[in-house]
Amino acid sequence: MASPILQINALTCRRGGRLVFDRLSFGLGEGELLALVGRNGSGKTTLLRALAGLMPAEAGTIRWQGAEIADDPDTWRSKLAWLGHLEGLKGDLTVTENLIVAERLRGVKFVDRLDGALLAFDLEGLAARPVRTLSAGQRRRAALARVVLSAAPLWLLDEPLNALDASAQQAFRDALKTHLAAGGLAIAATHAELGVAGRTLELGGIAPLKASA
Amino acid sequence: MNGFTALLMRDLRLVWRRPGDVGVVLAFFVVATVLFPLGIGPEANVLARIAAGVLWCAALFAALLSLERLFASDHEDGTLDLLLLAPWPLELAALAKCAAHWIVTGLPLSLLAPFLGIAFGLDGQSLLALGVTLLVGTPTLSLIGGLAAALTLGARRSGALLALLALPLCVPTLIFGAGAIETLAAGEGIVTHVAILAALALVALATTPWAIAAALRQAGE
Repeated sequence: MASPILQINALTCRRGGRLVFDRLSFGLGEGELLALVGRNGSGKTTLLRALAGLMPAEAGTIRWQGAEIADDPDTWRSKLAWLGHLEGLKGDLTVTENLIVAERLRGVKFVDRLDGALLAFDLEGLAARPVRTLSAGQRRRAALARVVLSAAPLWLLDEPLNALDASAQQAFRDALKTHLAAGGLAIAATHAELGVAGRTLELGGIAPLKASA
Repeated sequence: MNGFTALLMRDLRLVWRRPGDVGVVLAFFVVATVLFPLGIGPEANVLARIAAGVLWCAALFAALLSLERLFASDHEDGTLDLLLLAPWPLELAALAKCAAHWIVTGLPLSLLAPFLGIAFGLDGQSLLALGVTLLVGTPTLSLIGGLAAALTLGARRSGALLALLALPLCVPTLIFGAGAIETLAAGEGIVTHVAILAALALVALATTPWAIAAALRQAGE
């Protein structure tokens, strides 16, 4: 394994009083993918949200390039691209407008890779359409295009293959491979086979877990 | 364009795409206000006396109408997560959302109110004072309403809860806003009232974005 850029140590999370995971530790290096697997309710989404800083962990540390993310959360957030259960798209804005706004909210002044992101998910023909007129799969593709456009080094993805047809799944795999080949990192909660080489972390018990190769 | 401006412009664009949302607010304001002269009768003295209170109350209720959706739509479509993950202060995002709300409700209500004041027989000076007090006072309604909207995000019956939370906090603004017109009718100036309204707005500006951000972080967990 490459030296870890992202290091999780003894991370513990509770949700509604229930211990979701306890003293979870793993590291992720350049170009690595970690697939989070486990039954419904095993804590995959909770782990992703805790990593993003969307929910507080009860204990443990998250380090990015050696520095605790809690010390500089703004810098940490600038490293993330997030795809949740919900697409994070405004129905009354077009695909292009949604992508540009998302980038500007990330503090990017000039959005110059838009065409490439649209092309990666075959969205050129849909770019000018309001998102509310798109199918669930098309909306998911637009959300994935937002992730690609961000150029963030760490992708946090919750069920990225949801609602995607075979060609869109392949487009996602290609985009993920390109991201990893460029030294990016990705953590994806999934019930389906991602089809990209990486490690797997199975969640589901409250015993300490380690990522396995 | 920075994140604050991008969010402000996004929300204004969304309103532009769905003008009916603002139309309903303004229509409610007009209908609610016009009902009073019809119900009370054409006695000019009575109407002129209650005009400021009626118009201020109607403006407050109209502003509350659209507040329930201020953060709820972002919560429902997942864009709230993007705001929470933006690498700039969430307090500024809260302020941008409230500013957009004021531009599409408080501002048009302030401009519309003097015209409705004519139906109550207000004189020119009172009409002007009404517009000025609403312009200075309505930002407070958007900020306090934004806080109530954030606190009730995801709650059942959030609309009723929002009103219960926001209305008591808006009472000082309501008193000094409506009171300015009565002061004017008594032959005194409204400078003190406007200054107090501005002070209330500044206090809301200095405090509510932090409270809204904290409530949004809680809702995002």
